[in-house]
Amino acid sequence: MRRTYYAYPYLVWMAIFIVVPLFLLLFYTFTVTTEEGIRFTLQHINRIWEPIYLTVLLRSILLALICTVICLLIGYPVALILSGKEYSQNKILALLFVIPMWINFLVRTYAWMNLLGKNGVIDMVMNFLHLPSLQLLYTDYAVVLGMVYNFLPFMVLPIYSVLTKMDKSIIEAAQDLGADYITVLKRIIVPLSMPGVISGITMVFMPAVTTFIISRLLGGGQYILIGNLIEQQFIVVGDWHFGSAISFVLTIIILITMGIMRKYDKDYEGGAIW
Amino acid sequence: MVGRVIKRIYLYLIFLFLYAPIVLLVVYSFNESRSMGRWRGFTLKWYAELFKDTEVLRALYNTLAVAVLSAVIATVIGTAAAIGIHEMGRIKKAIVMNLTYLPVINPDIVTGVSLMLLFVFTKSFTGIGLGFFTMLLAHITFNIPYVILSVMPKLKQLDRHIYEAALDLGATPFYALRKIIIPQIMPGIVTGLLLAFTLSIDDFVISFFTTGSGVSNIAIYVYSMARRGINPKINALSTIMFVTVLALLLIVNKRVSKDNPKPKEDMR
Repeated sequence: MRRTYYAYPYLVWMAIFIVVPLFLLLFYTFTVTTEEGIRFTLQHINRIWEPIYLTVLLRSILLALICTVICLLIGYPVALILSGKEYSQNKILALLFVIPMWINFLVRTYAWMNLLGKNGVIDMVMNFLHLPSLQLLYTDYAVVLGMVYNFLPFMVLPIYSVLTKMDKSIIEAAQDLGADYITVLKRIIVPLSMPGVISGITMVFMPAVTTFIISRLLGGGQYILIGNLIEQQFIVVGDWHFGSAISFVLTIIILITMGIMRKYDKDYEGGAIW
Repeated sequence: MVGRVIKRIYLYLIFLFLYAPIVLLVVYSFNESRSMGRWRGFTLKWYAELFKDTEVLRALYNTLAVAVLSAVIATVIGTAAAIGIHEMGRIKKAIVMNLTYLPVINPDIVTGVSLMLLFVFTKSFTGIGLGFFTMLLAHITFNIPYVILSVMPKLKQLDRHIYEAALDLGATPFYALRKIIIPQIMPGIVTGLLLAFTLSIDDFVISFFTTGSGVSNIAIYVYSMARRGINPKINALSTIMFVTVLALLLIVNKRVSKDNPKPKEDMR
């Protein structure tokens, strides 16, 4: 009956490749090597609260939040439509959502540079219509657009997955009992799809808050988000201690977010058992 | 049906948004001109150059090898783990699931950086330097949680009674697992496998930090090209990958729908 030992290989794997590396990260965050040897310090953490770095941190969070909300607003109806009666037989459509993900995101992001940039496709269309050209590239809009484009499938797929597995007879029962579509949506479909929504939000927010490629390509060289800062510290500056410290703070912020999300997940879990 | 028309238009708009940049890339891979902004006539020269470039071919091989190996290994470990975790007591389950969420929630960049620290740290006694093998280990590591997260919702929705009925009828637990649980969570497992393969191919950040000099994948290759200004060869390369993957996916999709005739839909 009890099959918990199925998880053991995973637990061992996790210990070696997730727990140990995080301890190494902590070690670098809180130590400094001096002539007398290695000693404990908070100097790397304290550096993050300097205004330059704090601004970067807050801007990263804000842009990621905007991206997540847009993905949810666009993505939920898509999942709903795809899993609905008219399209549920049509697996090709769901597949069409996965395919863009198979193209490398660097290339996908680069394609947007050519759409948004000077003499790009959008620019040409605007010129053709005798409208003023939009300077979209190297703005916040371009960065958010790039994020939404890259991460939208991560919002749609988990919600779609839960919605297709959902027992459709519950909806029919509600309709038989006189509920209109809005009520069914509010009282049945949305609550039951919550595990998918939670997965979707996590899967979008996480890469969005830390991306350094999208901000580099669509935001321009001067555009710095938290991800760019970490990459700089490890690859360019070579300050592994400060790099680790930023990574540590980022992880803490995200763990707090995770705690909030888990709480909602539990609330809905209770509701889903009927 | 106004609702139906609105739904259709909405889907078309989303697909336009998703596919316009890709179509543009494919079209411009046949462009005579080096710059993407202008069309200067049809050519296949970028494809020809691609197959002469051993660096590209090696990067392509690395990408595919890592993607296939890591997706398969992660799906096996992850599915078993999901079944195991599902059976755990409340507190143990909460601890393990929180740890599982860690690499998912944890930024790619943090996972990459911390794995880099691990591999550099262990090099002195394992002798394994940063390269193909460390990249594969890293990919398996970040893929497993996605498999678990794909399978877990399906396990939550499972009807326990069917499994118990099978046991009552004399099935061994392993037989019941194979015949009752696995088929029911199969959509989740396949989603997990596809997601793992996709994420592995798509990954740049973790590969970037966990591979050594000389070993690159397509993403790292593209990144190094992008810093020098993107070459139309990359367009040609993505077109080939796009077409190959599309063909593969269509085959997989056909197989899946043949294996699982939809009994639920037939009932209605």
